[in-house]
Amino acid sequence: MLSKLLLLISNTVMYSTPLAFGALGGLISEKSGVTNIGLEGMMTIGAATGVSAAYLSGSPWVGFLCAGIAGALMALLHAVASISFRADQSVSGIAINLLGAGASLFLVRIVFGSLNTPPVPKKLPRIFSDSSVLGAFSRLNFEVTAVIAFILMLVIWFIFAKTKWGLRISSVGEHPRVADSLGLNVYKIRYICVITSGFLAGLGGASMTLSILSNFVPTAISGHGFIALTAVIFGKWKPVGVYLSCLFFGLAQALVIQLGGGSLLSSQIVAMLPYVLTVIVLVVFVGRSVGPKASGVPYEK
Amino acid sequence: MRIQEDYAVQMRGITKRFGTFTALDSVDIDIKRGTIHSILGENGAGKTTLMSILYGLLNADEGEIYINGKKVDVKNPNVAIEHGIGMVHQHFMLVENFTIAQNIILGMEETKGFGVIDIDKANKKILDIIEKYGLEVDPNAVIEEVSVGMQQKVEIIKALYRGADILILDEPTAVLTPQEIEELLNIMHKLVDDGKTVIIITHKLKEIKQSAEKCTILRRGKYIDTVDVANVSEEELANLMVGRAVNLVVDKSPAKFGDVVFEIDDLYVKNEKDLYAVKGLNLKIRRGEILGIAGVDGNGQKELVEAITNLRPTDKGEIKINGKEIQNTSPKNVIENKVATIHEDRQKVGLVLDFTVAENVILESFNKPEYSKRGIILKDKAVKKAKELIKKFDIRPDDCENLPVKGLSGGNQQKVIIARELENNPDLLIAVQPTRGLDVGAIEYIHKTLVQERDKGKAILLISFELDEIMNLSDTIAVIYDGAIVDTFEQGTIDERTIGLLMAGGKVNG
Amino acid sequence: MDRVSKILRSQFTFAVIAIFIGFLVAALVLGATGYNPLEVYSILFKGMFSKPRYIMNIIIKASPIILTGISFAFALRVGLFNIGVEGQYIVGTIAAAVVGILFDFPSYIQFPLVLLAGTLAGGLYGAISGLLKAKRGIHEVITGIMFNWIAFYAGNYIVNLERFHEPGTTTTYQINASGLDPIYNWKMSEAGLEVIRNNEFIREVIGKTSANIGIIIAIIVALTIHFILKNTTIGYELRAVGMNKHASEAAGINVAKNTIQTFLIAGAIAGLSGALSITGVSHRLFELMAQENYGFNGLSVALMAGGSPIGCIFAGLLFAGLTYGGGTIQLEIGAPSEIIDILIGTIVFCMALVSLIPLIINKINQRGGKKDVK
Repeated sequence: MLSKLLLLISNTVMYSTPLAFGALGGLISEKSGVTNIGLEGMMTIGAATGVSAAYLSGSPWVGFLCAGIAGALMALLHAVASISFRADQSVSGIAINLLGAGASLFLVRIVFGSLNTPPVPKKLPRIFSDSSVLGAFSRLNFEVTAVIAFILMLVIWFIFAKTKWGLRISSVGEHPRVADSLGLNVYKIRYICVITSGFLAGLGGASMTLSILSNFVPTAISGHGFIALTAVIFGKWKPVGVYLSCLFFGLAQALVIQLGGGSLLSSQIVAMLPYVLTVIVLVVFVGRSVGPKASGVPYEK
Repeated sequence: MRIQEDYAVQMRGITKRFGTFTALDSVDIDIKRGTIHSILGENGAGKTTLMSILYGLLNADEGEIYINGKKVDVKNPNVAIEHGIGMVHQHFMLVENFTIAQNIILGMEETKGFGVIDIDKANKKILDIIEKYGLEVDPNAVIEEVSVGMQQKVEIIKALYRGADILILDEPTAVLTPQEIEELLNIMHKLVDDGKTVIIITHKLKEIKQSAEKCTILRRGKYIDTVDVANVSEEELANLMVGRAVNLVVDKSPAKFGDVVFEIDDLYVKNEKDLYAVKGLNLKIRRGEILGIAGVDGNGQKELVEAITNLRPTDKGEIKINGKEIQNTSPKNVIENKVATIHEDRQKVGLVLDFTVAENVILESFNKPEYSKRGIILKDKAVKKAKELIKKFDIRPDDCENLPVKGLSGGNQQKVIIARELENNPDLLIAVQPTRGLDVGAIEYIHKTLVQERDKGKAILLISFELDEIMNLSDTIAVIYDGAIVDTFEQGTIDERTIGLLMAGGKVNG
Repeated sequence: MDRVSKILRSQFTFAVIAIFIGFLVAALVLGATGYNPLEVYSILFKGMFSKPRYIMNIIIKASPIILTGISFAFALRVGLFNIGVEGQYIVGTIAAAVVGILFDFPSYIQFPLVLLAGTLAGGLYGAISGLLKAKRGIHEVITGIMFNWIAFYAGNYIVNLERFHEPGTTTTYQINASGLDPIYNWKMSEAGLEVIRNNEFIREVIGKTSANIGIIIAIIVALTIHFILKNTTIGYELRAVGMNKHASEAAGINVAKNTIQTFLIAGAIAGLSGALSITGVSHRLFELMAQENYGFNGLSVALMAGGSPIGCIFAGLLFAGLTYGGGTIQLEIGAPSEIIDILIGTIVFCMALVSLIPLIINKINQRGGKKDVK
């Protein structure tokens, strides 16, 4: 029983990690007033770049960092379109998803000659190099990425709750004209937030391929960006809430793995449950959730 | 005039163009330190544009700005703030879900290092300002929960917190009660006594007379004159502003009241936060009567209008037109029962901006046999009706029936709405802030139209935050406070001060 | 009228510019990775046009995404972001397959019935999103994403039910022949076989392909939606709501009803697309490993078409042509076929940028003429 529970916890944390990176990225972008439907594409490019760079350099950390940079570059495109060109942010986001997927597969094909890559020489580590130090709790030797994601959540919480940067970002997302009238540079703040969002989404993608899978397959990121987007709303635009939402989706996936194919419920039904539950929770409890007022609205000076 | 150090602000040859439209044409202005200086002009005269340039929100195409005798390139608000300029905008620039303190410190936060906000230090600084100038506010209150008058004080504190020596107030009295206006004037005098300079943008002559020493008049982007306020009358100021003799009062014959058309009985309506915004409101309007509701914004006017037009459900009470209850039905039902509405926000609620004038004209009637047959829109008929109304209401440009309505000026957009609403031959016409943001010509036209409709025997419900408009137009004045009508007066039986007192929740003796 | 045609023309111009930039960017990427873009493009076009059969295959591939494109574009005109089009498509395939397997009426009843089942299922599925948006204010993007996955797993669940699952495969049984596409049934009939034996062209474009009536239905739907939006009271209402919800509501239009109606129609079109895929191409429901992207590709098609239903026909053909031809470049010279995704992504990205140009021009004009400048 205990071992099953520990496995469940371990899997929950594992599956929620890529989502947490993506969702925290999405949160930052949304807080500054830019909707980021392109998270999926940014996570995909991160997943592909991470493996490629880790493979070529031999170091998973180099891969992890490059993944963030690749995600940030994708986000830069989104920022240019949605901030400078004031394009429809959803349309731009969709384009980013197409470009991200295309560029990822292209890159992988160029580097490896095939769409399914061989495993990277070294995965990203776990907290302890030897799980046995935890004894019966060896399952709780989480991936380092999970720890990073958790710390990231705390940092982002701190930024929004305590610092002037959080106050400024929130003001830009709520009422950019106010921020502008007080001499804050709305465009600059939004650019920084969107690019950061892409960086984190890229890390999320790499945490999938470098920490969970160890290689890239075209389905490595399939819908994770969209789930992350949902987690932002589900978590009511609050860092802790967003993180918990990711744990919820992670838990759902862990349950699928553990209960999957059982006699009680078809694995398909189990897999479907988190999505059904999300809708039910939204209908019953959350309803009209209120995000940053200026989110999705281009700012014109 | 030469550039001198005892002038807080001197602007020379300021020109600003938007596309082909010249908003300001080589305007000069000199503002002496330690005075209250007013800038007078109609809507669109360029007064806000001029001050936005001084504050760095807009950049002039030509011209120079001198602050305390030194030339300054005010590229952006940061430069303005550095040089001690603060601005309180007409539409408050406040983040609604931030606290007062957060709004005040935004962009100039006191920090303890690592960007961590030092809220105690900030609060102390804020409290100092509050005390010094008598600007009573609670720094921990959230903006969306405090009154408009309070929000304005927050704006002033915000500017002072940034070390403002020169304070620009853009139409500061538009939404205040007479008592709040008095309080504001006191604050302004305290500021000036402290050596600060106050610039007040307004089109209210009375307040200029009450407060300012000098007044600069702008008309259609051009500098007209700067006068000593003590030496001119209100009429003279008005004539300078408009460039012709203006009739300050609306021409109208005494009202001939008919039967009661519209009645509200013990109405309760909730707002977004699930609190009662209208509580136990009663109202009666007769044919041939303009009933004006005087009140400060946020006392339930919005919810009242939305309840009547069925954009919002009611909790209790009855709304009756011609004896028929219409509450909690549908907007369509209300329109069919001959209620027409000129909504406050014409661009958001009144019109579909991307639709053509013709398409907007049929917005409420496209399903009627005149404009559609078996589900197909009869475009020719709509265009024909639009042409007819364009002529009747003098909507410009006069061939605009197929142009998107967003290309029209504010006054002409409002005419499109009025034309459409009157087309339905309503028994009750609701007009909410019908002249907001319009120039004097359009205001006169709309006031005249309202009086004409009254004379045709329609009942008119006028809601305005401008007490002058209410006083000028209404046959009956009802004062709203905290979601209920506190008292009703026949025109001519009441003075503005008393109404102001009631609007602020005060009691009248006797 | 003159103005409208001008806008249409300029929209078209923008699309052409966007396509050009797409090819340019893809060429740069190809060049940078050591391929000769001209060679790649010539192979690409040969893979698209060199045989009539290729063109027919492109048409076949285009039909479903034209429809999902129209579904998305239609909702977009009403200001709704129907990202759930993927799920509505899947539900359409499920309903079509289930009805096609369970019933066996004469084909003049069965075929329309199968299409109707898919259309209805997609419509109702979409309407749930509309209902949740209208009544509970839940954003359609969220419900759409959730419903996509629910549909995905529901499809796989159905495939694995004993009643439907064909042993030894990852698919359901084939639907009853009476429900298959009329062109397919003709091709399999004596008369059809006879013609195909004797006529090389017919053999090439119908015999060797999954030719079906999808494209005809797609064109009819495009024209119908165009007509509805432009000329009818329903279309007037939908456009009014799309452009200004508040003014529409104040003018007596029932916005909630409109939202639900829009999703019903958009979902129905997507469901029809799914049903046509079952009757025309796959004839059975497959267990899916990942989303098939018919819906998401519809998004791209609609965006490439600048939201115009008729434009979706051309954008769908372009999209299908590029992806179909893209397969050959991989085979022939080993250049990654994913370059096509980059190409299409760039086009959509450019459309996101250029679709703004008319708005900017408008803004400038408007400012110029506006009297009450703040």
